[in-house]
Amino acid sequence: MATKRNAIGILMGVELVLNGANVNLVAFSHYTTLGIDGQIYSLFVIVLAAAEAAVALAIALNFYNNHLTIDVDRANRLKG
Amino acid sequence: MNGDSLFFTLFAFMACLGAVAVVVSQRMVRMAFWLIISLGSTAALFFLIDADFLGAAQLLIYVGGTLVLLVFAVMLTSSGPYLNIETSPGEIVMAAMLGLLFLFMVVSSQTGIDWNGTNQQMAAANGMTGEISTFDSGSEGNTLRTIGMSLLGLRPDRGAAETGQLHTGYLLPFEIVSVHLLVVLIGAAYLARAKRRRDT
Repeated sequence: MATKRNAIGILMGVELVLNGANVNLVAFSHYTTLGIDGQIYSLFVIVLAAAEAAVALAIALNFYNNHLTIDVDRANRLKG
Repeated sequence: MNGDSLFFTLFAFMACLGAVAVVVSQRMVRMAFWLIISLGSTAALFFLIDADFLGAAQLLIYVGGTLVLLVFAVMLTSSGPYLNIETSPGEIVMAAMLGLLFLFMVVSSQTGIDWNGTNQQMAAANGMTGEISTFDSGSEGNTLRTIGMSLLGLRPDRGAAETGQLHTGYLLPFEIVSVHLLVVLIGAAYLARAKRRRDT
């Protein structure tokens, strides 16, 4: 996530991080007495990751329309 | 080494390999491909750990929805070799072979199922209500009914009937997430609307 300068690459890194959290939630809910709780948290994480990806891609397309690139180092002005 | 641990080793290795390849790869389309590998292997791990509904949701939402969205964004914002996508004849032949293989798999699995027996099993499973402990996990899945009732606010796996204590489910987070998805839909459509391009 920190090695990319492309906005979509950063988004893919975020997806990987959320996916690792999902694996931990499901594994702990299976091997402890948590029951179904961890799987439901994972479902909410999946849904929120999808929503986050939709909004972030809309922002990336908007940024590309303004700057003709999606290099996040170019995003150095507010109200640009 | 039995089958479960063999498959666990295989899919865990593929998930880790895909994740590392996403980080070290430089081209966006290849990053998307490795992300498909990693997330699909994670879905297989979910299936292995008896979280079948979650694995199906991971395949449908992540691999089917989010990654297609990512690939669209890569194509819309890329410059250089991915602006024009041409298919060579070899790729057409390969795609035709893959399609025929998939068709063969679907037709063979369709004709290989005893539909009458499956219908009787499904009728028996739908006829009984309430007893969570007796349903057939082969025809309904392991966690589908439990997750559905939890999202409706009931917790059949916590045994509320025996102790008399009511365990709360996840009805309120479910409603919040549904309204949140509506807001995200409207907001994303507002952000990505067509505008005049500025000359910078």
